Amino acid sequence: MANLKALRIRIASVKSTKQITSAMKMVSAAKLRRAQDKIVRLRPYANKLYEILVGLSQSLSDSEVENIYGRESSPDKILLVVITSNSGLCGAFNSNVIKETRRVISEKYFDQYSKGNLKILAIGKKGYDYFRKTPVKMLPDKNRLFFDVSFNNVAKVAEEVMKSFTSGEFDRVELIYNQFKNAAVQNLTNEVFLPVKAASAEGKGKAYVVDYIYEPDQEHIVKELIPKSLKIQFYKAVLDSFVAEHGARMTSMHKATDNATGMIRDLTLQYNKARQAAITNQILEVVSGAEALK
Amino acid sequence: MRIEIITPDIKVFEGDIKSVRVPGKKGSFQVLKDHAPIISTLENGPVIMVDMDGREIVYEINGGVIEVKANKIILLADSVN
Repeated sequence: MANLKALRIRIASVKSTKQITSAMKMVSAAKLRRAQDKIVRLRPYANKLYEILVGLSQSLSDSEVENIYGRESSPDKILLVVITSNSGLCGAFNSNVIKETRRVISEKYFDQYSKGNLKILAIGKKGYDYFRKTPVKMLPDKNRLFFDVSFNNVAKVAEEVMKSFTSGEFDRVELIYNQFKNAAVQNLTNEVFLPVKAASAEGKGKAYVVDYIYEPDQEHIVKELIPKSLKIQFYKAVLDSFVAEHGARMTSMHKATDNATGMIRDLTLQYNKARQAAITNQILEVVSGAEALK
Repeated sequence: MRIEIITPDIKVFEGDIKSVRVPGKKGSFQVLKDHAPIISTLENGPVIMVDMDGREIVYEINGGVIEVKANKIILLADSVN
């Protein structure tokens, strides 16, 4: 027969765990909303920038613009930007990214890795802590980014990455992160950040052509806009991962709360059964004791 | 004419104005009603708008790009102080 006191203690501890997980769920939900707002606010900027860029590249042929960010060469020196979170308790969120990174290293870039030409830039403590213990070379981490995810902070990191590409330190940069789909679903994404392909002129002919005055000239504008749109892409990846993290945590905390509720129900049932059995026992003892006195 | 000032973090301003003066790459220039369509990159500097009541509104921007088309102005700024 289960010990009554042990059961009582167990129920109390599950109850307090449930309180914690449900509080964490609320916190994540609030943070998720805030972070989602940021993505929504980014969208008009990103769309407009893209629109202008596409419009411009339609009227320019590729050869006219020398694009330092589009330098294609056989990839020898690889940088993987691995975006995870700083804290855990968010289900498979981080381990998915880590698994994908390991897969990319072993399948796609094993040669470069064995030559020591592959480095990882970790954004997020979980990924950093994991890869620090492996022989992969690491750049200094950027975990602090998540304390304040603003465009200016992220743009600084993006600039560093872009500079290391133009200076020839790396000739290929890939981002690995969780893309936010909805609170329950994250899409693991692996995309090439650099070299960039020129904005493709999709939907050509649809947009009517406006005769713009360009200042200073089209080439200059394209040259200035490409790094801008790269920074936006980087920012979007970090933001996406940030939002997805809160979504993942909210979902996993919700599940944990559900589990705790189920556990409390089972334990309470067990406890009541044990209590009734004990009472029956005691009555039996009293009755048989009285019987013996006759 | 209508203007929108957008940064990656926030929409800073949206409204009707009489004129706007922006820090273009080749020097500051002013956009009035019925300006020809233009796309220009911008330097660091002040964006000075005059609203419908004749009041001046000033934002200090750090680089960006402006598009003017059919009395609709979109100013994408990197950041606004």
